[in-house]
Amino acid sequence: MLTVTNLTVGYGAITAVDGVSLAVPAGAIVTLIGGNGAGKTTTLRALSGLLRARGGSATFDGAELTGLAPHEIVARGLGHVPEGRMIFANLTVDENLRMGAYLVRDAAQVAATRERVFGLFPRLRERLRQSAGTLSGGEQQMLAIGRALMGGPKFLMLDEPSLGLAPQLVGAIFEQIVAINRSQGLTILLVEQNARLALEVSSYAYVLESGRIVMAGPSTELRNDPRLKSAYLGG
Amino acid sequence: MQEFLQQLVNGLSLGAIYALIALGYTMVYGVLRFINFAHSEVFMVGAMTGWAVGRQLPQGTWWGGLVVLGAAMLVCALLGMTIERLVYRPLRGTATLNVLITAIGVSLLLQSVFQHPRVFGATPQLFPPVFPERNFALGGVALSSNQLVVIVVAALLMVGLELVVHRTRLGMAMRAVALNPQAAQLVGVNINAVIALTFALGSALAGAGGVLYALNYPTVEPLMGVMPGLKAFVAAVLGGIGSIPGAALGGLILGTVETFVGGSAWLSTYKDAIAFAVLILILLCRPTGLLGRVAPEKV
Ligand SMILES: Nc1ncnc2c1ncn2[C@@H]1O[C@H](COP(=O)(O)OP(=O)(O)OP(=O)(O)O)[C@@H](O)[C@H]1O
Ligand SMILES: [Mg+2]
Repeated sequence: MLTVTNLTVGYGAITAVDGVSLAVPAGAIVTLIGGNGAGKTTTLRALSGLLRARGGSATFDGAELTGLAPHEIVARGLGHVPEGRMIFANLTVDENLRMGAYLVRDAAQVAATRERVFGLFPRLRERLRQSAGTLSGGEQQMLAIGRALMGGPKFLMLDEPSLGLAPQLVGAIFEQIVAINRSQGLTILLVEQNARLALEVSSYAYVLESGRIVMAGPSTELRNDPRLKSAYLGG
Repeated sequence: MQEFLQQLVNGLSLGAIYALIALGYTMVYGVLRFINFAHSEVFMVGAMTGWAVGRQLPQGTWWGGLVVLGAAMLVCALLGMTIERLVYRPLRGTATLNVLITAIGVSLLLQSVFQHPRVFGATPQLFPPVFPERNFALGGVALSSNQLVVIVVAALLMVGLELVVHRTRLGMAMRAVALNPQAAQLVGVNINAVIALTFALGSALAGAGGVLYALNYPTVEPLMGVMPGLKAFVAAVLGGIGSIPGAALGGLILGTVETFVGGSAWLSTYKDAIAFAVLILILLCRPTGLLGRVAPEKV
């Protein structure tokens, strides 16, 4: 569904992503793991058009993405839950969700998606009138995912959904990510520092180091790979 | 009491013009976080357009006046979009200071272009009386039809803007961009289009402000935008930069204060100084302006 070939992205003199190639087949959860500053966020931002790629290509359902503006990429069905969540803090939960459906013109579809989002995250329904900035970190993450789902994406990129959350909450969020993938057939590219968890929910994994893919394989295999164990899984 | 009401009417009609200009500053600040100092020259171009079109039309008709207003708003909308496209967009993402200095450059450029004798020249020209002129007396308070036009047109435009911002998809997109430009793009907002339309709307309001100002202080010249532009900027800061109701309120307050101070014999020389002193006082008590919020944390 998504094929990235030799993607190169940089900031000024820095090359943050250096010839990354990866593939995400339809219906799968694929993960991209790596430590601080490896280039994970930069990769996702280039895929959603927030950053311009210096070279390489990315095709989504066969069509080229590089060179498109972010709103055009969203319109093709590529959702992005950004690092740091970026919810609209001054708006209510309800308004954030409506903002998420900005490109969806069909009111019935918006209402149906909303119900599905509340099914995944009942907490959001209870907080509907609350200003999003006053939500807890976990609730903000639920809102960020919910907002992206409101756009009705075919493909969802998640950038460190576990960041800054208590362990029980991380488990709950990941359960819902798997549920979204299973029940709605949504294809997912999951970026994580928490390699153990990412490898548990994904079917295939790429390991990024200093802007390069240094390892790739089925998640079950990587889980037992000694090199990965020492570097990312704490022995 | 009569004196008071008279000054209040005069102050509100001046303030309504400041409010119209202030809205443009605050809207652009909302989406781009910088002060478009060329905005005062957009106001001047609005008045110039009104002057040029108004001279070709029969004087003293409602339709003529409305055509003049419409023409000024249209020309200014296009001018605002052109400035954004040619000057500000290429600079987007660079340091704010660079953009501010460039804005001042655009401002000076527009002034010089209009000072050229082939374009307009430096001599002030009389603004044609495009609207029907009548004077009313309401319980001793004198009110000219032009003042009435100012107040009614300004009120309608501000209500219209409020509806656009809160009831339309464009308004929704504008608010999203103001709150978080990246998140706005990730929900599918075309940020370039929203910024261009924000410039168009803000500039059209300044164009209307230019015509309304010229109607009541009936000359036009290339530097006419400087003082009203500066005061409208002050009004926008006073109301809370980025806040649309704030800009309207700030404009009305500033116009009223200035008129009252100007009307008292022993203070009138200092009216501008006092208007700015009021600004400083209010900002000392409320650093974010009357209706401004604390700037949201950028993640
Ligand atoms: N706006 C920027 N300007 C300059 N350099 C940047 C910028 N953003 C990121 N970088 C650099 O690019 C490299 C990759 O950063 P990136 O944010 O993609 O890493 P990451 O894998 O997402 O890390 P983390 O897990 O900490 O979020 C880093 O060396 C970082 O310092
Ligand atoms: Mg990151």
